[in-house]
Amino acid sequence: MADNTEEKQVKLTAKDFATDQDVRWCPGCGDYSILAQVQRSFPDLVNVKKEDIVWVSGIGCSSRFPYYMDTYGFHGIHGRAPAIATGVKIANPELSVWVATGDGDLLSIGGNHFIHACRKNIDLKVLLFNNKIYGLTKGQYSPTSEKGKKTKTSPYGSVDFPFNPVSLALGAEATFVAKCTDRDSKHMQLMIKRAAEHTGMAFIEILQNCVIFNDGAFDALTDKAVKDDMLLYMEQGKPLLFGKNKEKGIKIDGAVPSVININESGNSVNDVLVHDEFDLSPVRSTILAHLTDSPDFPTPLGVFRQIFRPTVDGEIHRQVAEVKTIKGEGDLEKMLFSGNIWEIN
Amino acid sequence: MIKGKELQNLLEVTVRFAGDSGDGMQLTGSQFSDTTAVWGNDLSTLPDYPAEIRAPSGTVYGVSGFQLHFGSMDVHTPGDRPDILVAMNPAAIKKNLPELKPGGMIIANTDAFDAKNLKLAKYETNPLEDNSLEGFEIYPVPITSLTFKALEHTKLSQKDISRCKNFFALGLMYWLYNRPLDQTIDWIKKKFKDKPEYIDANKSALVAGYNFGENTELFTIRYQVEPAQLPKGIYRSISGNEATALGCLAASVKSGLPLFLGSYPITPATEILQYLSNYKNFGVKTFQAEDEIAGITSAIGASFAGNLALTTTSGPGLALKSEALGLALMTELPLVVINVQRGGPSTGLPTKTEQSDLLQAMYGRNGDSPLAVIAASTPSDCFYMAIEAFRLAIKYMCPVILLTDGYLANGSEPWKIPHVNELPDIPVKFWTDKETYQPYLRDEFLSRPWAKPGTPELEHRIGGLEKANVTGAVSYDHDNHDLMVKLREQKIQNMANDIPELSVDGDQQGDILVLGWGGTYGAITEAVLRCRKAGYNVSQAHLKYLNPMPANTGTVLNNFKKVLIPEINLGQLAMLIKSRFLIPVEQFNLVRGLPFKSSDIEEKIIDLIGGKN
Repeated sequence: MADNTEEKQVKLTAKDFATDQDVRWCPGCGDYSILAQVQRSFPDLVNVKKEDIVWVSGIGCSSRFPYYMDTYGFHGIHGRAPAIATGVKIANPELSVWVATGDGDLLSIGGNHFIHACRKNIDLKVLLFNNKIYGLTKGQYSPTSEKGKKTKTSPYGSVDFPFNPVSLALGAEATFVAKCTDRDSKHMQLMIKRAAEHTGMAFIEILQNCVIFNDGAFDALTDKAVKDDMLLYMEQGKPLLFGKNKEKGIKIDGAVPSVININESGNSVNDVLVHDEFDLSPVRSTILAHLTDSPDFPTPLGVFRQIFRPTVDGEIHRQVAEVKTIKGEGDLEKMLFSGNIWEIN
Repeated sequence: MIKGKELQNLLEVTVRFAGDSGDGMQLTGSQFSDTTAVWGNDLSTLPDYPAEIRAPSGTVYGVSGFQLHFGSMDVHTPGDRPDILVAMNPAAIKKNLPELKPGGMIIANTDAFDAKNLKLAKYETNPLEDNSLEGFEIYPVPITSLTFKALEHTKLSQKDISRCKNFFALGLMYWLYNRPLDQTIDWIKKKFKDKPEYIDANKSALVAGYNFGENTELFTIRYQVEPAQLPKGIYRSISGNEATALGCLAASVKSGLPLFLGSYPITPATEILQYLSNYKNFGVKTFQAEDEIAGITSAIGASFAGNLALTTTSGPGLALKSEALGLALMTELPLVVINVQRGGPSTGLPTKTEQSDLLQAMYGRNGDSPLAVIAASTPSDCFYMAIEAFRLAIKYMCPVILLTDGYLANGSEPWKIPHVNELPDIPVKFWTDKETYQPYLRDEFLSRPWAKPGTPELEHRIGGLEKANVTGAVSYDHDNHDLMVKLREQKIQNMANDIPELSVDGDQQGDILVLGWGGTYGAITEAVLRCRKAGYNVSQAHLKYLNPMPANTGTVLNNFKKVLIPEINLGQLAMLIKSRFLIPVEQFNLVRGLPFKSSDIEEKIIDLIGGKN
């Protein structure tokens, strides 16, 4: 990384990305960690100039993010960040366009824009701050809240079935899909850099704790006592192992996953699925995405899938260039005075 | 003069072609219009088609029509009532007879008047034979069988041959109004350049129709409409939607900014997206968005990034864009929104025209949210108003809504093509100076600087939250909010110094002023001219700027005893005028999904003046 940044005039630091605005998230909010990891990662982004970075957001606690990043920023309206960001990127393909959004913003009111940005493979980096609750409106269930959850608008328990954001992104044909937690700063930085290097729609689901309205939502995964057994760090080309001593692994029979102990007789590390982010088939990444649905399985973190497909923003510019080559640069005078015209003397 | 047939001169004619949705009536009408325009007549057209793509054939609701008014004088409207109806089936008569002029001509395709079609059109007996069309001149022509006869030599299927019958009808009309065939033959050759059998078939049908007129004894008179005295120049035929698209393109050329269009297909605005998606060699980027909201929000993003930003829609789409319009005016970014109005509310009448989105454009947002609203008055005026919309949006850093309507969008007229160097320049200045930059600094017009991403050291954040004036920081300060609400309003009102004054056609003061806006210009003009011809003293003014209105609007209105406002809505401009100028107004409102008939307005004027002279 360091070698590549030499072409920059001055090496930026995390501080260069901080604004003079007071950060107004609640003390202890997971958003602080995300902001810190982004600010730490950005100086290392290859070939991206500070003035070419644009942060776009919607509405919600997460969407205050652009105010705290000393880049170009646009605080949009509820749910529309992917669409606004799409316009920015198509208008100027030189820009590095990032979206900060939450589970309500992206998956409820903005669901349509999200799936289409995935499908169209717009070259955007989307960071989903998933705290499984509506925070800014003070504690109503969100589209990622678990069924049965008691909130201010579901005093008898939510009757809604939640989205699995990674599965939704995969289903919508996103070309880069990853997941991390607000607790693991190194891993989050790695995911941010991987997303930045991807050309196309890069989606990261970040499990983010809301200390006020959904505190401890991820304790069952991230608490020290359980995390080795409940989190699975996926690495390219390596078997999907987890547990204190990496003694457990994910095995897949047909399309059915199971957890095996590789030290038990009859099992070996060779039975464990080897992670392939670049698998063109979405089947295995989708199976992995759904492991988190069951308490019997660990929650995989890392890159679920990275494939390469032309971006719509790139294709729009390619077509413009192509048509210019074929037809020549447009000449308005010539065009107005062509076709079915006649003269009156 | 052709053998044995009398040639009679007419000043003007209104023709309506009508048939099944699949009969090719729109094509027939537009071919007749193009030929007529090149012949030198002034003209105006009104396509009228159902919302269904291929409604069940033979039914009344499946009838597709195309009306055309042409003359050797200035033509302002597509004509109140057709002089001649070309009816391809019984349903076409059923639907259009009430509109036909008393004594008007009907050319009917007798082959289509079989038991099945009569029943579908709910005729108990054949109207061509039961004297129910008394008072009209009936010309029964077996168009289908004559087409088959003319195409005996081809190897085309029965179905394909039947499809050529509209060209037979067109040929006959060319004969009747003494028009040349070459324009249409050229079109056929170009359209079917890879299918020589279709060229031959359509051309044969066209010529056969012409020759039928020449040889039949059915017609004893043919008509001549001499060319109009139009200003010298090069002309083309233009529809409102094409003019709008070209105007946006011209704005891109004159501003030097690449055009970005974010849009979702919606009748009757879709064509603008279609036209603009063809202009890629001008650097135009079209983004067919996932919905109306993405259409406008992507355009807002493009504007933030420094492109010339546009979104196009119709009424229901404008409703969906409301919240984003507020964002655009709050972030003070240039954005043009074009609303091709259609019949509402809700889904309403998608293919029909209306003027009922004026108040939505003015006020359809939360908060005090002023933006500029302008309206085109004729199909070719859409070109100039599109350029004007971008000029205002950029100079005043704000959204501008341009209202056109279904009638303007689909109607066409001859257009004297302007030279590019005659069009107004649109100056653009992106801010680059880091020392003096503040996101909400104000210039003499109260506009804030446009600083686009990619500019070093101008990194800044904007958004929908209230901003402190000058610094642009998020501000909940009470006095700042009061200031910003007023600044946003003042900025729009300042445009009144930058737009043309309201001009009055006719006496500058008097008893009655007819005040219109938008696509009713032609009908009002025609009505006023007729009233004057009849000896009444009537003046006319037409608002193309609705917000702000021209600075002299109040003065103009106060010079007349009565102000009549005809609108294809329940009185939306009337409401604005009454509340703004505290004067009584007379209204004329007819909301039939159709353009006004000038005779309706004429009657209203005469009624208001106090009856016949």
